[in-house]
Amino acid sequence: MVPLTWYLLLSAAVFSIGVFGFLTRRNIIIMFMSIELMLNAVNISLVAFSHYLQDLRGNIFVFFIITVAASEAAIGLAIIIALFRNKNTVHVDEMHEMKG
Amino acid sequence: MNMLPQLFFGYFAAALIVMSLLVITRKNPVHSVMWMLLLFFHIASMYLFLNAEFIAAIQVIVYAGAILVLFLFVVLLLNLKDELETDRFIGSWPAGLLVSAAIFVSLAAALQSLVLGQKGNFTVALVQKITHTKALGQILYTEYLFPFEIASLILLIAVIGAIVLAKKRMRSH
Amino acid sequence: MEYYLLIPFLPLAAFLINILFGKAFLKDKAHWVAIPAVAVSWVVAVMTLMEVIGGRTLNQNIYTWILSGNFRVSVGFLIDPLTAIMLIVVTTCSTLIHIYSIGYMHGDNGYYRFFSYLSLFTFCMLMLVMANNFMQLYFGWEGVGLCSYFLIGYYFDKKSASDAGKKAFIVNRFGDFGFGIGIFVIFLTFGTTYYDQVFAQAGAFAATRYSFLGFDVHLMTLIALLLFCGSIGKSAQMPLHVWLPDAMEGPTPVSALIHAATMVTAGVFLVARCNPIFSLSETAMIVVALTGAITSLFAATIGLVQNDLKRIIAYSTVSQLGYMFLACGVGAYTAGVFHLYTHAFFKALLFLCAGSVMHAMGGELNIHKMGSLKKYMPVTYVTMLLASFSIAGIPGFAGFFSKDEILWLAYSGASPVGKIVWAMGTLVAFLTAFYSFRLIFLTFHGSFRGTHEQEHHLHESPKSMIIPLMLLCIGAVGAGWVGIPHLLGGGAHFTEFMKPVLGHAEGHGTHIEEWTVMGISVLAGLSGIGLAYFMYMLRPELPGKLTQQFSTVHRILFNKYYVDELYSALIIRPTIWVAKNVLIGVSDARIIEAIVNGVPAAIGGFSQQLRRIQTGRIHNYAVFMAMGFLIIAAIMLLRVW
Repeated sequence: MVPLTWYLLLSAAVFSIGVFGFLTRRNIIIMFMSIELMLNAVNISLVAFSHYLQDLRGNIFVFFIITVAASEAAIGLAIIIALFRNKNTVHVDEMHEMKG
Repeated sequence: MNMLPQLFFGYFAAALIVMSLLVITRKNPVHSVMWMLLLFFHIASMYLFLNAEFIAAIQVIVYAGAILVLFLFVVLLLNLKDELETDRFIGSWPAGLLVSAAIFVSLAAALQSLVLGQKGNFTVALVQKITHTKALGQILYTEYLFPFEIASLILLIAVIGAIVLAKKRMRSH
Repeated sequence: MEYYLLIPFLPLAAFLINILFGKAFLKDKAHWVAIPAVAVSWVVAVMTLMEVIGGRTLNQNIYTWILSGNFRVSVGFLIDPLTAIMLIVVTTCSTLIHIYSIGYMHGDNGYYRFFSYLSLFTFCMLMLVMANNFMQLYFGWEGVGLCSYFLIGYYFDKKSASDAGKKAFIVNRFGDFGFGIGIFVIFLTFGTTYYDQVFAQAGAFAATRYSFLGFDVHLMTLIALLLFCGSIGKSAQMPLHVWLPDAMEGPTPVSALIHAATMVTAGVFLVARCNPIFSLSETAMIVVALTGAITSLFAATIGLVQNDLKRIIAYSTVSQLGYMFLACGVGAYTAGVFHLYTHAFFKALLFLCAGSVMHAMGGELNIHKMGSLKKYMPVTYVTMLLASFSIAGIPGFAGFFSKDEILWLAYSGASPVGKIVWAMGTLVAFLTAFYSFRLIFLTFHGSFRGTHEQEHHLHESPKSMIIPLMLLCIGAVGAGWVGIPHLLGGGAHFTEFMKPVLGHAEGHGTHIEEWTVMGISVLAGLSGIGLAYFMYMLRPELPGKLTQQFSTVHRILFNKYYVDELYSALIIRPTIWVAKNVLIGVSDARIIEAIVNGVPAAIGGFSQQLRRIQTGRIHNYAVFMAMGFLIIAAIMLLRVW
């Protein structure tokens, strides 16, 4: 049997890779994809818990996460398109009008 | 051959990590999307490994089939020619590396004090008997009906929002 | 006596009405509000006196203001013989001076303001004398000081007047500081500020010693001297006498009421009221007697050479107040209060006559520019002459009885300094008679030395001014007849009346001694008058020659012994220097401004730096979020929380 902690460590690793991608990439689409990566890492750990605790609520949670991730991706990409129309760039370090 | 589960898991774990690294480090965004597709398939098989076939199916259909297609559309829509010449990472990427490594370390350290709760009553045998989909459906439409309805509302909002945000401005006649 | 509350509160009502509605509605009818109020107070005061003579006293708390642990302050009234006499003095003088002011202040712009301040003053003075605890006394004390400031500086657009008002208030403050500390020590010792409780317990502390600022002092002496500080300030004794001559800048009715008859006598009232405390301290009594005597002599010598009509009378007031303190200092409290009572009448009369003269002379004050006024202003002349006889101590007049009593009790009393102060007092009697009659002869006799303009306008004053003069004259002459001593066949009613409150100072001496002392004081008065007659009527060129021969002495006396200049150099200029350079220069400009400007500047600078966090770049915000998560995770993992 694969111990639960292995799944959790795997989930942690994928999550931190997603964080790294979000913190360092300039292209906003890649940043979005790292967000999806983080969400998937969480999904992995939830399903692992659900399997090991023999409770289906983890799977239910994943179901909803996937739903929300889908809608979020749709809206986020629409915003990126609108942003690209105005700024003509997808590099976020060139967009800093909101600075204080 | 009781090592088989571990071997399988080892392959999938390694594949997942390598592929996620590849996703975030490619210069060409299309390549990133492709690697992500592969990643999602591996995650789906991971779910199968964990006896959650419905979730695996959903992962493929929704994530790989809809979301990634959406990503690909947008990547191809934004005609990015100079993407291949410019820097991928921002100037201070070592800081980001440090922070993400620290996050991994803290998450791993938190695992030391993991205390599992009570086991439920959906044993593997039971789920295999009534199929995972039916089991999920039984709970979803009775106990978690309200969140289900709200999720449908969220999707509705997403549909409306995406259309409003992305349509071109109408010139008033 | 149930109506005694009308006595102080009617003038208060008159003040409020006048000050609120005077400018718009009453204008020059303001006296119709003030005079009935104070006249009714007078009537009730007379009725109260009748009842007190019949033996009734009253000690009642009306309203408790502060109640904190043991400390209780309330509005309370005490009516006993001393209060009754003071009530008569205050209300009589106040009423007559209110009437006088109708004529004197006629046509002035601030007519309503004048009457409202007079009413306020009357209220404060009445609260002072009717108080049954030290806190109310202090309230009245400060109130009369405030009204004095208002009224001295009444002509506020004249710089000398407003300066004089400030001077009066500030010099009084020095005295009131000591007085306030005295009240604190009283509270610390007795645990209460009510007269009856304090005086009842005073005897128990007769020998207590007390550690004050590191010194080991006799407690009763300390309290008495601190209370006396207030008296020195309020009654213009040395060294705080400097404000009273300058206070003549105020209108003459003010000088008459406040600086002759009532406010300045509050100091004597205080000493008389606190006689149980003072009697327990021999040192304090000696200080009081010597201060009174020295001030008396000092002021009398200055008054000899002054040329300003009102200033002569002002120095005369300081001198007579010294007499009253002299009396209290040798234990003759009753004699001191008796002199207070008679002095109120003849001094107020002197001031009002001076006002009458000024009214006729168009504001002229220099007596060398007057002369032969008696044929133009007969009533003024007669009343002033009678008042001067009274102050000189001519037998039969009020001043004679009170002054004589003081001198006899000083000579024959038990005080160790009794004989010294008696000698000084007799000398002062001589000087008093001299300068009073110098004033009379130079002003009313001889030939007119003013301008033709002034000569044309010389006339007797209107009825509203003359009638109070005549009424006061009755008091100036006859007020003393209630205190005719046994020696002359009288019943000494005044002394008997005051015995329960002020005790009875017996003179230890034979009848022969008593007659001799009386004779010496009468002789001093008569010779003063005679010398003045000689120098100013028979040999008018003599004063001029004496001035030239003793020019240094004359200069010192004329310049009031340079006390004002001394204070200016020692106290005023250093204080102003400190204020300008240290307080404004350093602590205000450097410290307070630094804080007041520095704190906002620091906040501004800090916020300038703080806003650099908001870079507008998503990556930075994400890193902050991740760092926040890490910090919380670290705290929880390391079990620091």
